[in-house]
Amino acid sequence: MDWSYVSDHWSQIMERAWQHTILAGVPLVLGLLIALPLGWLAARVRWLKPPLLGGSGLLYTIPSLALFVLMPVVLGTSIIARVNVIVAMTIYTLALLVRTVADALEAVPNAATQAATAMGYAPARRFLAVDLPLATPVIASGLRVAAVSNVSIVSVASLIGVSNLGIYLTSGYDRQYWTEIWVGLVSCILLAIVFDVIIQVVTRLLTPWQKACVA
Amino acid sequence: MIRFEQVTKSFPATGGRESMVAVDELSLEAPTGQITVLVGPSGCGKTTSLRMINRMIDPTSGRILIDDQDIASVNPARLRRGIGYVIQSAGLFPHRTVVDNVATVPMLLGTGRKKARDRAREVLELVGLPGDFAERYPSQLSGGQQQRVGVARALAADPPVMLMDEPFSAVDPIVREQLQDEFLRLQDELGKTIVFVTHDIDEAIKLGDQVAVMRVGGRLAQLAEPAYLLAHPIDDFVADFVGRDRGYRALGFSEAPNLPMSNEPSVPLGTTPEEARAATSDRWLLVVDEEVPQGWVEPARIEAPIEPSMLDRGGTVARVHGPLRASLDAALSSPSRRGVLVDDDGRLVGTVRAADVVQAIERVERPEIDPAEIAPTAAPVE
Ligand SMILES: Nc1ncnc2c1ncn2[C@@H]1O[C@H](COP(=O)(O)OP(=O)(O)OP(=O)(O)O)[C@@H](O)[C@H]1O
Ligand SMILES: [Mg+2]
Repeated sequence: MDWSYVSDHWSQIMERAWQHTILAGVPLVLGLLIALPLGWLAARVRWLKPPLLGGSGLLYTIPSLALFVLMPVVLGTSIIARVNVIVAMTIYTLALLVRTVADALEAVPNAATQAATAMGYAPARRFLAVDLPLATPVIASGLRVAAVSNVSIVSVASLIGVSNLGIYLTSGYDRQYWTEIWVGLVSCILLAIVFDVIIQVVTRLLTPWQKACVA
Repeated sequence: MIRFEQVTKSFPATGGRESMVAVDELSLEAPTGQITVLVGPSGCGKTTSLRMINRMIDPTSGRILIDDQDIASVNPARLRRGIGYVIQSAGLFPHRTVVDNVATVPMLLGTGRKKARDRAREVLELVGLPGDFAERYPSQLSGGQQQRVGVARALAADPPVMLMDEPFSAVDPIVREQLQDEFLRLQDELGKTIVFVTHDIDEAIKLGDQVAVMRVGGRLAQLAEPAYLLAHPIDDFVADFVGRDRGYRALGFSEAPNLPMSNEPSVPLGTTPEEARAATSDRWLLVVDEEVPQGWVEPARIEAPIEPSMLDRGGTVARVHGPLRASLDAALSSPSRRGVLVDDDGRLVGTVRAADVVQAIERVERPEIDPAEIAPTAAPVE
């Protein structure tokens, strides 16, 4: 382990970590935003559930490298454009979260949603004011899985030349330089932990009643 | 006034089950300012009937009118904001504090948050949940307290109509009785038009200004005031449902006339054994505290000044002009066989014997039967 490599490349490590964060984080938010209405549809319209869940589940089985390479063809972008990775990662996030959102919404206690309807909530308002908050803990746990999965899949994008922490793995491997491989590995893990902690903290803040249940 | 006009609800066939009629040609009126109770065995269509009033379920045929307006023509969400709804498990929002739960409908109606919360606190006070309960989450309350919050939430926007679906059935009998009493007191004050669902005939009789007994298949078996229902069940089904001790329970509706009372000697707490023995020649002596009856002692068997732990508390007390059922029970439950009667402030007035109460009972008029119900030409009710 060559510590001087780390100190010499510190600003580069930070820059790639930031690029990695964008490539993994932006799709996480986009994927969640798209998964919410789709999951809601799957939970609400009975015949839409199998195609939506089956379809989105299938997306996850596409190899990431194939998806990265395919994106420029579909989107008409250049092969090393970051947007390819962002769109592809959004698809993966979506694949994980549609089911989570549907499950979370179905697990909201019936008594609460029925009461909300009976009190005069119109459907859309009820979704935002009652169903969604009550589904938050389950959605958040799905989001944690998606975040960790995104951080790890994004490193593959370094193979098509999009800069992120994965580059330390590929170039370290090419050069048989272990310090570089360790840098890539440890920084990826740390980044995944940061994502996880942030999601947990935000969830805590959004669901103060959860703490009350345990107390 | 809520009026059902030949309302039928059949649920369509699903997954191999035949389509089923949950409510069948139901016609009835729930008068303004009164409590109408729907009662009947499980599955007879009570909940379905109730939920048609706020359009959680739409009837297959027939119509429902509230104050002569057909509710089918009202926007469901708007309709519901004017109708309080209380269910068995309270159905509180777990993610909102008690005060925000209660403030829900005022806020839906456009009241500002601060004003809605002030109103919520008022209503919480009304249902007996003052101060610091407001900031808790529902999971931090007992079942009985949750149920009160449920009632408060339904009352918060002061709707003229309230629908209540077995609101007190998930709590233990003592709390239930307490909630029922408070509910009646509240209704005395508020005078809402209430439709109340229960499968418990005792609750129906206690709470209802009128009681609608339904049978499985969603048909109305009988609609009557509680006293009438107990005196004249229309058929075997209703008679069975109303129960075997209906004669005794009907006494709950008859006010006691002037019963022949005797003056009862009584002594205060702290009386010495000698004084107690001097106070009566009978085996039992009544002990009072500031004129309020506390229990009975046997003067012959005491050796120390009377204190509360020495009292026999088996006897109930009845108000002088309360229901005959209470007077009779006071006499039957008293160790001396003399039933203790008190005034409205709980102070001793005198005692009465069971035989005298029974004599009074025999003089009480039962509700007159409606001639239509015994006329041979009456339409067959099955
Ligand atoms: N959504 C539905 N789909 C099909 N059948 C239903 C539906 N809702 C109720 N039913 C049926 O309608 C009948 C009446 O149901 P309802 O809930 O009104 O009964 P209830 O009198 O409230 O009974 P309980 O005292 O058990 O609550 C039942 O046989 C029930 O199975
Ligand atoms: Mg029911």
